[in-house]
Amino acid sequence: MSLNIIVLAKQVPDTRNVGKDAMKEDGTINRAALTAIFNPEDLNALEQAIRLKEKNPGSTVTLLTMGLPRAAEIIREAIYRGADTGIVLTDRVLGGADTLATSYSLAQAVKKIGHYDIILGGRQAIDGDTAQVGPQIAEKLGIPQVTYAEEIVDLSNGHVIVKRRLEHGVETVKAPLPCVVTVNGSAAECRPRNAKRVMKYKYAVSPSEMDKLSDQVKAIVEKRPELQLKEWGAAFVEADPEQIGLPGSPTKVKAIENVVFTAKESRRLSDNDAEIEDLVKELIANHTIG
Amino acid sequence: MADNNNLIVYCEFEDGRVADVSLELLTKGRVLADRLGCRLEAIVIGDNLKDVEKQIAPYGADVIYKVDDKRLSPYTSNPHAAVLINLFREIKPQVCLMGATCIGRDLGPRVSSCLHSGLTADCTALEIGDHVDPKTKKEYTDLLMQIRPAFGGNIVATIVNPECRPQMATVREGVMKKEIKDPDYKAEVIDLDPSKYVKDEDFVVEIIDRHMEKSKVNIKNSPIIVAGGYGVGSKENFQLLYDLANTLGAEVGASRAAVDAGYVEHERQIGQTGVTVRPKLYIACGISGQIQHIAGMQESSMVISINSDPNAPINTIADYVITGTIEDVIPKLIKYYKKNSK
Repeated sequence: MSLNIIVLAKQVPDTRNVGKDAMKEDGTINRAALTAIFNPEDLNALEQAIRLKEKNPGSTVTLLTMGLPRAAEIIREAIYRGADTGIVLTDRVLGGADTLATSYSLAQAVKKIGHYDIILGGRQAIDGDTAQVGPQIAEKLGIPQVTYAEEIVDLSNGHVIVKRRLEHGVETVKAPLPCVVTVNGSAAECRPRNAKRVMKYKYAVSPSEMDKLSDQVKAIVEKRPELQLKEWGAAFVEADPEQIGLPGSPTKVKAIENVVFTAKESRRLSDNDAEIEDLVKELIANHTIG
Repeated sequence: MADNNNLIVYCEFEDGRVADVSLELLTKGRVLADRLGCRLEAIVIGDNLKDVEKQIAPYGADVIYKVDDKRLSPYTSNPHAAVLINLFREIKPQVCLMGATCIGRDLGPRVSSCLHSGLTADCTALEIGDHVDPKTKKEYTDLLMQIRPAFGGNIVATIVNPECRPQMATVREGVMKKEIKDPDYKAEVIDLDPSKYVKDEDFVVEIIDRHMEKSKVNIKNSPIIVAGGYGVGSKENFQLLYDLANTLGAEVGASRAAVDAGYVEHERQIGQTGVTVRPKLYIACGISGQIQHIAGMQESSMVISINSDPNAPINTIADYVITGTIEDVIPKLIKYYKKNSK
């Protein structure tokens, strides 16, 4: 059975490797100091999608991302690893969206794609860690959700069987298609880029990236439709202006503060035996240990 | 039932027990409800809920809704979401709190999407306060201030939902403190008819297999924690931490970086995306001290940092800083503890 698989992915600042220059004096984020990466758990989702495609010849994997036009970078990355094509949902009016407005916008894009059997995405993105967009898209599309997925065990006869990794154990569930499955970081790692695919798709570009290309490369892209990534705006996906961006977001950021911890007066010790023994004796004496 | 404008806590229930995180939220919810001048309500959805009110009422719940149906346990997304959506349409609570657990983080978004209410994940503090919209200058009184770290914990954001109700928030286990208000607190118990709140079609996802283990790790309640970070360097080196923990009767914890690197399992993670701990003694080994980690351990009574980098950020909040490698320092701690303890 050939499947239409959608993978939801996000290009995120690498918040796990935040250096000292990541925050400006005024407490705002210095985005320039952070590299933009493929959200890690979305890569786990991509791997599950590519595996489904391998098991179901004729299937297509479409990456859908919302963000700045440069998010086309992660579509290329996904194609190098085995996805077929991708769409960047990008529009100024989509900016400032909270999870609900984001889910609405992405759900509209999914409706525009039309036919889909399964939607996969990472459990959560590392810049917000909310894990809300997957379930909210499922609700907006009126389809079931399976969160915390670790492995797609089987997909047949209109159902998917998914192993979920929960706090205190594992659960295997059976859900009807179409449905949304959000994939945990504990799932199989995504395969690396395939050298042949990198060669074949290195000129895969979105319309806004086209302008930067040389005429020679442009001519190549124009001849080969598989290199033409899509770029959609809010109007194209028929998004209601009231439900997108800042106006469509029920939650508002009231204040943002830099995190400051009260520094303590620390006692500094070296690693020599005498100092460590003294510390241990002191901790025993004041009943902290022992 | 009329609009009640109350504060409601979704209580997780399994194996005859209400989850700790739900009791923690009831404790917090009681304080917030007093401040708002509204009632504290609780909802439990599951199977065999007889007497569950005895576990909930002492935390100060005024009203307890019970939806008891065999098919509602174990938890699945759509049926529990349907109950909350339908009930909230009736009673219109102003605030809804849930645990930021695998259940709450699955359920909350589905409910908030359907009701178009805002949901803030993983709050670390909840307060009541006023808000003025910076653009329209419209004033709002007594909103739920939802405070959470963002951007990998590098900033703390205060989020409000000025217009939409309920104002929804999830909170991780251990962030709030659980405290009984009155062992004899009287709650009104309302049994809801499941068939009025959930339809047969909602039972679309079938659980075909389930293996739940009682967690062997209990870092939340351990008085001493030996925690390791990326600086521990390897899974093998983590054995040193287990050795020290065994010697001291402690639990082993870890930073997100150590968990991401695969040195240790996720259930030992301490910090904004893990567990919040308040031990008597916290020994941080090779932990640089990302804000998101410090947020989960800063209330430790005493902190010892062992780090080869004398300028590791965590050192600023440590009571004792030992500059050295864990390979060198931990065996010495073990040796001198054994020598000096009785």
